Amino acid sequence: MPSAADPPVIEVERVALGYGDRVVLENLDFTVARGDVFAILGGSGSGKSTLLRALIGLDDPLRGTIRVGGAPPRREGPPGYGVLFQSGALFGSMTLAENVALALAKWTNLDRQAMDTIVRSKLRLVGLEGFENHLPAEISGGMKKRAGIARALALDPSLLFLDEPSAGLDPVTSAELDDLIATLNVSLGMTTVIVTHELRSIFAIVRHCIMLDGRSRGIIARGEPAALRDGSADPQVRAFFNPRARAA
Amino acid sequence: MTDPHDPGFRVERVDLQDGRAELRFAGQLRFRQCFASWQGVRRLVRPPAAHLAFDLSGVDTLDGAATALLLELRDEVAAAGADAEIVGAHGGVRAMLDLYGSHPPRPSLQAPPARIGILDEIGRRALSMLGEGHGLDFIGDLMVAGTRAARAPLSVNWRDVPRLMERAGADSLPIVLVINFLVGLVTAFQAAVQLRQFGANIFVADLVGLSVTRELAPLMTAIIVAGRSGAAFSAELGTMRVSEEIDALRTLGLDPYGFLVFPRVVTLVLVLPLLTILADVIGVAGGLLVAMLGLDITANAYLIETQKAVGLWDLFSGCLKTVFFGAGIALIACQRGLATRGGAEGVGRATTSAVVTSLFAIVVVDAIFTVLFNAFGR
Repeated sequence: MPSAADPPVIEVERVALGYGDRVVLENLDFTVARGDVFAILGGSGSGKSTLLRALIGLDDPLRGTIRVGGAPPRREGPPGYGVLFQSGALFGSMTLAENVALALAKWTNLDRQAMDTIVRSKLRLVGLEGFENHLPAEISGGMKKRAGIARALALDPSLLFLDEPSAGLDPVTSAELDDLIATLNVSLGMTTVIVTHELRSIFAIVRHCIMLDGRSRGIIARGEPAALRDGSADPQVRAFFNPRARAA
Repeated sequence: MTDPHDPGFRVERVDLQDGRAELRFAGQLRFRQCFASWQGVRRLVRPPAAHLAFDLSGVDTLDGAATALLLELRDEVAAAGADAEIVGAHGGVRAMLDLYGSHPPRPSLQAPPARIGILDEIGRRALSMLGEGHGLDFIGDLMVAGTRAARAPLSVNWRDVPRLMERAGADSLPIVLVINFLVGLVTAFQAAVQLRQFGANIFVADLVGLSVTRELAPLMTAIIVAGRSGAAFSAELGTMRVSEEIDALRTLGLDPYGFLVFPRVVTLVLVLPLLTILADVIGVAGGLLVAMLGLDITANAYLIETQKAVGLWDLFSGCLKTVFFGAGIALIACQRGLATRGGAEGVGRATTSAVVTSLFAIVVVDAIFTVLFNAFGR
């Protein structure tokens, strides 16, 4: 189990993010503790995806430092984390098994039989046993997300990034996905970073969060979701957690 | 069935005392009817009155588009300095007006774009054309990935090459053969018309053989492959880009160049010369058909003359060019695909750009080779 003495898995120091000369977010400072389920919250256009892309090394910050597992996010060698993209981003010309096996084939020298065993176990973990030979086009949106998680887990990472995992899913599938994420966190001690604005998911699985704001280009709140909902004086935070009250 | 010419509503202007006027609506204000007769309604607000009331007490149906037109007309009258108000609305009509007219403007996260002048616009367009597709980024990344692949050749996704060769090569064979057969045939026809006047029929074989092997077959084959496989590569990678698959590859620690670009470059470098050799053969066959049917030349005589005219160098030089054509088509297509931005429209733009740029590059490379071969006396 992680202890308080463990160094943070993610450290973000005085980071500014943007595209070209356009700054989207600045003065970002936060850490994510080992074993946490951490959410990046905010309205549409607040910079959540921009921050996620920087955390997983797809974009470089304009200023400041990001360390993931004590090192820059973009580095040579096998990735230290798994990522579930919003659409699943499965490779359409490959079966689910081939999708999951891709990173194993690249970064291990396992024989075919061992690889098949691991692939089957990953797909079983996400409830997709028996779908090994299906193409992504042949399965539903929820199953694609599950397959995306299986692929993200292929190399047994200790850190998982999830971009809007519940987006576009029905409430039952969404709840099942939340259960899966919670199970992975509790059983494997996997640190999880989620980009979401699904309130049900936030209160079900998230322990700590930050909230981004596009107008002030920074973090406007941080803490536990329930504490922010009940105690924040910021009108935007209150509106986010109590949208019906705002509408009324 | 509703009469399309029936406005479905009635409206009249009633001028009252003290500069007051009313537009009295009655019936059903629906978009389809309003659309046809709204200009007439707009004319009724003139001449302007100091106070104009839109009386909707006789209206029993109002749809969304008609509400928007009505509110806009009221605002126009108010902007012109008159008092304008909507009165008499009730029930669903009132609810519709409230729905469309009462919500506060939603704040936008982004500031509205500043207005820019024409010179600014020209400058921006020029910069965006220069930086289109981030060509220099691609070349830099390609160099780095190429060095990495040279050090570890097994890191390249060679497994895809046979599948890609089948798609780019075997599947395009019918169209390549048909087009090149017709090109040989047309060339022979044109040559025959001229050469027949001088009794030099047999030289049709020389002309067709040399022009097909040195220029026409390599060029036509490259053009077909650019339009077919180049477009396919660009669209495929562009779609992968917009659906985050390229990002997913990177997060799995896989290099998109080794995984996607190099296999495609190798595929076209291998496939184009092979297709060109077959195109040479079928092009000569097209000329042979014309010679046999139109010029009374025997197949044997034609082939012997072709053999005398066309040397190994002619075949080789044509195929050598196609190696560069293939690499160019694949690199341009992959670069455009990887630089795709936006959704389906972006993929379409990338594909068009890939084909047009490839065709341009083919002609430029061909011209360079022609000059070089000439310079070296070949």
